Amino acid sequence: MEHIVIIGNGIAGVTAARHIRKGSRHRISIISSESEHFFSRTALMYVYMGHMPFEDTKPYGDHFWKKNRIELVHAHVAGVDPLERKVRFQGGGALAFDRLILACGSQPNTLGCPGEELQGVQGLYFKQDLELLERNAKDRTTCKRAVIVGGGLIGIELAEMLRSRDIPVTFLVRETSFWNSVLPEGESAMVGEHIREHHIDLRLNATLKEIRSDGQGRARSVVLAETGEEIACDLVGLAVGVSPNIEFLRDSGIALDRGVLVDQFLETNCPGVYAIGDCAQLKEPPPGRRPIEAVWYTGRIMGETLARTLCGQPSAYSPGPWFNSAKFLDIEYQTYGRVLPQQRKGNSEVHFHWRHPRKKLCVTLAFDGQSQRFLGINALGLRLRHGTVEGWLRGNLSIDQVMETLADANFDPEFHKKYEGAILDKYNMDFNKALGRKKKDHRPMFQWGCMVYPTDKTNDSGR
Amino acid sequence: MNDLDKSMALGGQPPKSLTLGQRLAVGLGLMGLGILVLAATNPGFPQKPLWLGLSLGAIFLATLWFSWETYAHSGPGIKNDGTWFKSISSRGAMAWVLGLALTGFYIVLYFYPEFLGLVDQGPNRGLIALFDPLSRLLSGQPASQWFVYGTLYTLAILAFGLKFLWKYRHSPYQRLRTLSVMLFQTAFAFILPELMARLNGHKILEGGSLPYLDIKSIWPLNYYNFESYRIKGFLGSGDIGLALLVLAVLSILVITPVLTYRYGKRWYCSWVCGCGALAETAGDPFRQLSDKSIAAWKLERWMVHLVLVFVVVMTTAVVHSYLGTDTSKYWLTKKVFLIGVALLLSAVFTWAMRFRGKQLQKDAKLGAISCFVIILVLIGLHLFSGEGHVFWIKSESLRKTYGFLIGSIFSGVVGTGFYPIFGSRVWCRFGCPMAAILGFQQKLFSRFRITTNGGQCISCGNCSTYCEMGIDVRAYAQRGQNIVRSSCVGCGICSAVCPRGVLKLENGPHRGRIDSREFLLGNDLDLVELAKGNGP
Repeated sequence: MEHIVIIGNGIAGVTAARHIRKGSRHRISIISSESEHFFSRTALMYVYMGHMPFEDTKPYGDHFWKKNRIELVHAHVAGVDPLERKVRFQGGGALAFDRLILACGSQPNTLGCPGEELQGVQGLYFKQDLELLERNAKDRTTCKRAVIVGGGLIGIELAEMLRSRDIPVTFLVRETSFWNSVLPEGESAMVGEHIREHHIDLRLNATLKEIRSDGQGRARSVVLAETGEEIACDLVGLAVGVSPNIEFLRDSGIALDRGVLVDQFLETNCPGVYAIGDCAQLKEPPPGRRPIEAVWYTGRIMGETLARTLCGQPSAYSPGPWFNSAKFLDIEYQTYGRVLPQQRKGNSEVHFHWRHPRKKLCVTLAFDGQSQRFLGINALGLRLRHGTVEGWLRGNLSIDQVMETLADANFDPEFHKKYEGAILDKYNMDFNKALGRKKKDHRPMFQWGCMVYPTDKTNDSGR
Repeated sequence: MNDLDKSMALGGQPPKSLTLGQRLAVGLGLMGLGILVLAATNPGFPQKPLWLGLSLGAIFLATLWFSWETYAHSGPGIKNDGTWFKSISSRGAMAWVLGLALTGFYIVLYFYPEFLGLVDQGPNRGLIALFDPLSRLLSGQPASQWFVYGTLYTLAILAFGLKFLWKYRHSPYQRLRTLSVMLFQTAFAFILPELMARLNGHKILEGGSLPYLDIKSIWPLNYYNFESYRIKGFLGSGDIGLALLVLAVLSILVITPVLTYRYGKRWYCSWVCGCGALAETAGDPFRQLSDKSIAAWKLERWMVHLVLVFVVVMTTAVVHSYLGTDTSKYWLTKKVFLIGVALLLSAVFTWAMRFRGKQLQKDAKLGAISCFVIILVLIGLHLFSGEGHVFWIKSESLRKTYGFLIGSIFSGVVGTGFYPIFGSRVWCRFGCPMAAILGFQQKLFSRFRITTNGGQCISCGNCSTYCEMGIDVRAYAQRGQNIVRSSCVGCGICSAVCPRGVLKLENGPHRGRIDSREFLLGNDLDLVELAKGNGP
């Protein structure tokens, strides 16, 4: 029995702990200074919006940890000593480990422009940021206008949150179109329209020059770099990306770059010390993947993989085809495989785009122009069945095969209008083809059901 | 305690207050209610049709106006902003006021109808008299407290149903389901029985008179359906009466299992049932208040099955009490009936244990105990009871106890009165014997499940928060496991509020119904294992 210490109680660390518990009798400790219990970071926005009480963002009831013999340490780690096998806490004290898992996540980036230190300027990442936001932007009388900087997923979530309390929002986006470093043109344009429908003052090609003070240490206004325009505001939301949270590891001897460098077994240069989730940087990422992927799903998959290694079955990190999801105000977004944005897609990747004439719905399918191989799909406002699309990607289907059986992947609720016919018509027109729809096959819906495992019943039912 | 928690707890100062329009709408609604209160305290109210129309119209229009103010200015999408900040929907002071008012109304309705103007002999007074003109229009009879209740109940479902339609206008599933409950309540529960009452004594009933019958209300929800007076009513009303009696029996033995097999219990609980209709419309603002603790889940399983046992024993005893003993007069005697019930229960029990034992787990024990208790009681019934007695207790008093405890206190006073405190489905979850039977069928042989979309869950918890049945949906979704729970009424809200499109209600083959993988979809570890031949 070894003592496995996990720094960070986010999705990566907690997933690792759960699976280690399922597969072994190791002693497990999870350290966090952010919150006593694991909560879903993605749900913080719903607390501010009044959709959920904070208590409900905890995926496991408070009894869960004791029942599964996972020790929780509510403390801040000051440093790690891999040779002495010790974690040092701020304010004294230490915890000895046999193996250490770094799952310490990210921290929000700053821009380095004047005025960032003022009150009323904040990011949205930690639970404490939510508490701060509750003070900075309680309602539209205390916060007459908010300016959000950074056109990514956190930026648009922040905008949605503030709008739920009727606070006027100006949204500064550096790019020429919303999130077009990731989204293909048509999708980016549609989301941009939707943002304006929500009465959000979206400013494209706009960056921040400085934040001005009211003379008493509070932000009063922002000045735009391009036009010099000054916008009065009570809150400046900084949402310009995140970086691995590794400052406390600087002198530990653990090899760092932008994140904690790990091999394909997620192990650092120090034996028995591992890194997973947002903070990990793969020395050799799998083909088509980035070395650092700060998304929920990557954290979870790394946690599962490492747990297996620590339970005696050494397993290399091997995520399946890429997938991700988000929600832009009222529009759900799912992506599977690879659909590159305009600026990065090059000539070999061909896109087919369909958009509903009135509703905010669209899909983009990417395929290889030469081989016709299906590469990936983005869906906005439509839900796709993960298992089916993964089957397409693994099976190296051609774009025509995918188009013929598109309906198999429909995951919209019952009675929702179906658009596969309209989508196929446009495809036939765009590429001068005459494909028909293959009759709906019910099997794909359960094709991953054949991989049923008799999962052992650990006590991981929720509350 | 930090700032965040404080703002949650206060709840009385929402960051977004009511608009002027919303306030005016509330005012109008209160005026409508005011007329009803005034009528209740006034024995002789003038121009009843006018005031009744004004009152009901004001309540209806006020609800529509409020909905317009709330939802018209934003596009289709999830509308839960501020739910946990509003006093009324987060167990604040307003919720308690409303809860007490509703509870008070139910107590008066069930136990002191004279305060509403019911007069034993002679014309109605007060509130009930106000409803006389409408009642005469429909059935030709003066109103009763139940007519008043039925009218207000239907009005609530229609008005709040429209509000719900507006709120969930982006979801065709929600729209259809709501139109369905509105239709069933208005046509089958409210208008049809009243019109049927007009036929009483008519020649097509061969002079008989049918019991007041809501044909969509099936035993055991309608626990009194097989009582002596109702059976007499059915049998004495010619072919129509007989047909209705046959339908009532078929509903239990054939229609219910077949539909539940195909669609899950949702076909009834959230598409047809009147209790469900109120919970889904007027109760919608309170759905998030359901208790999600494991303790509540345990309590639910015990209570709902105990109520089921109670109602089976009670009904058997009641039917037993009026059957004869002489086989030459009629084939269905006390003995035949008891043996029939015992055989049916044994058959169900044997089938469940033989073919579905693994799926049952804890519930199996519960089911087994319940069934055996029932069978033992039946045997005892036959051996020890005299005329109208069960274990020396009068079957009539058994029936009265059930009617009082379950029919009135549980389904009415607690079930609906405490909407703003315990959420909208307390009765359906903890007390409804019909839900217990349908749940048993749903768990064991239905094609229905809520599919979890591979590895897409982000554990946000919206699904669990807004589950009115207190199911911790997220616990399944984040494990990539489909949801097959006996209590799920298939309202579809979890799927609607999910920000990542993870949940889908669907009917399909049994294979893969409860899908579970060691690792979620998106991780190749499962495939590695499969290639090594360790997979199934």
